[in-house]
Amino acid sequence: MNAARSTAIDIEVTLRRRGFTLDFRLSGDFGALALFGRSGSGKSTVLGLMAGLLRPDRGHIRVGGVTLVDTGRRIFIPPHRRRVGLVFQDSALFPHFDVRGNLRYAERFGRASPGAVSSAATSPVLALAFDDVVDLLGLQRLLDRRPATLSGGERQRVAIGRALLSSPQLLLFDEPLASLDAERKLEILPYILRLREQAGMPIVYVSHAADEVARLADAVAVIDAGRVQALGPPGEVLAPAWARGPGGFAAVSVIEARVRDYDQAYGLTMFDHPAGVIALPGRIGRPGEPHRFVIRATDVALAVQRPRDVSFRTVLSGTIEAIEHDPGPIARIDIRLPSDERIVALITRKAVDELAIDMGDRIFAMVKATALDERSLAR
Amino acid sequence: MPSAAFAFSHEEIEAILLTLKVAAVATIGTLPVGIALGWLLARKRFPGRALLDGLVHLPLVLPPVVTGYLLLAALGRQGWMGAWLADHLGIVFSFRWTGAALASAVMGLPLMVRAIRLAIESVDRRYEHAAATLGSSPLVVFFSITLPLAAPGIVAGAVLCFAKALGEFGATITFVSAIPGETQTLAAALYALTQTPGADAAAWRLTLVAIVVSIAALMASEWLARRVSRQVQGGP
Repeated sequence: MNAARSTAIDIEVTLRRRGFTLDFRLSGDFGALALFGRSGSGKSTVLGLMAGLLRPDRGHIRVGGVTLVDTGRRIFIPPHRRRVGLVFQDSALFPHFDVRGNLRYAERFGRASPGAVSSAATSPVLALAFDDVVDLLGLQRLLDRRPATLSGGERQRVAIGRALLSSPQLLLFDEPLASLDAERKLEILPYILRLREQAGMPIVYVSHAADEVARLADAVAVIDAGRVQALGPPGEVLAPAWARGPGGFAAVSVIEARVRDYDQAYGLTMFDHPAGVIALPGRIGRPGEPHRFVIRATDVALAVQRPRDVSFRTVLSGTIEAIEHDPGPIARIDIRLPSDERIVALITRKAVDELAIDMGDRIFAMVKATALDERSLAR
Repeated sequence: MPSAAFAFSHEEIEAILLTLKVAAVATIGTLPVGIALGWLLARKRFPGRALLDGLVHLPLVLPPVVTGYLLLAALGRQGWMGAWLADHLGIVFSFRWTGAALASAVMGLPLMVRAIRLAIESVDRRYEHAAATLGSSPLVVFFSITLPLAAPGIVAGAVLCFAKALGEFGATITFVSAIPGETQTLAAALYALTQTPGADAAAWRLTLVAIVVSIAALMASEWLARRVSRQVQGGP
């Protein structure tokens, strides 16, 4: 492990509980890492171990070159001396303080904790000022309110701000959007994205929602039955065949494209992608900026010739890499794009036969602009 | 009824003031012990926990006279602990008002510990965990999170203890007797009056006082509990 890389994570732990065994190994430098899996797969347990709220039976956890726990060397750093922030699923704001009190609490004890273990020699702890955090998360109007009077989305924003103000080296999110309705999810997601992109904070994000993970993560670790089943960039990990079937999830594809320009007349932002042009409602980003698209397999339609006279404005061309189906009515088509990205489409088996498509064929994938819209993420 | 019926005698006023003093000292003195025991029983698993739990609750189920006798045996001038305390620290409980406060405290302790333990158990551990991940040491977590969030239950426990102390009779009279002006609390004074022919008016006066003090304590606790819980839960 390279100690100079401040955000590198090295985990190798086992933990036995009644009816459940966690045997978790993961190491690398990930930026924003998502732990993705069903509830009960053990992903939240991993966060508890990283934060120090749980002790492993055996193993070690190192973050940024600092050993947080190592049973072999009898090292266990208690949670208050770790530089690991945790955003709880239901925010866990202190009910006896107002928002300002919650934030100041973190600032006071986060900075003051003597003997806090950090790899300050190799990387400065990201220290954000109170006002910066308030600005970043838009908390100005909430400062004097009590947690009980906040909406779910506001509460999560405050919880993120509170975790940031404790000057963590690593920020853990335990399903921060799970308890929110669609509207509130939309409210929070951009803030977490901003955290990743602007503040450069290394993140571990736990979720069972494929599209959330696809949107946020640089790397995804799929967890099942307490083990890492797959690890890689979201586009690679979230689409493969095993994503179907029992315990699977709705497959999503992840592609990136750069903003070309904004079409004032129609109110669409146009993106350039090697496989074609993508149209998205609304004004998004500045020309040249990259944007990540999350496309559900159920939202993709296919055509064997470049379609004309159809309403789809987003048409991406590629070659069929795999066709998979069982006796059921639905088939799954994997399409390799010129950018080496992959799009997965779920269509009927009848359509596969009638279009007579086969491996290696050139194919056009069509996606409705409304399905690409970020707002559809929360549905 | 002649107006003299409401004229309190010197002894009666002494008994009333003594009772309030004993109950207040018993409650304040029990509070730190009650909080420590409540926290220990609510949050910690250790060998002997069940035994400690049983010991704390013993005064609740033992006849008060037995508790008083045990206190006398241990802390009386001849008792092993009482002799040591008197010789080395100059602290004497037997036949002093401090002994009455101690007896009341022992009798009130189980009620207080029960209330505080329940209150601490009902504090969501996620708040404590959140505070820990924000950098608070266990001691800071206890004083900044656990204690404030358990405050309504702690107030309730203190009020229960105070009420118990106001009415304590059996353990007190066995341990420190009923010396007017020193250990004769309201309950003991009232009992003495019922044994005295022609003291009906005085007995009624004390009865009335007991009722008024009890209702006042109840109302005060209700007000305090609401205030504290508003502070903890927060409102619009």
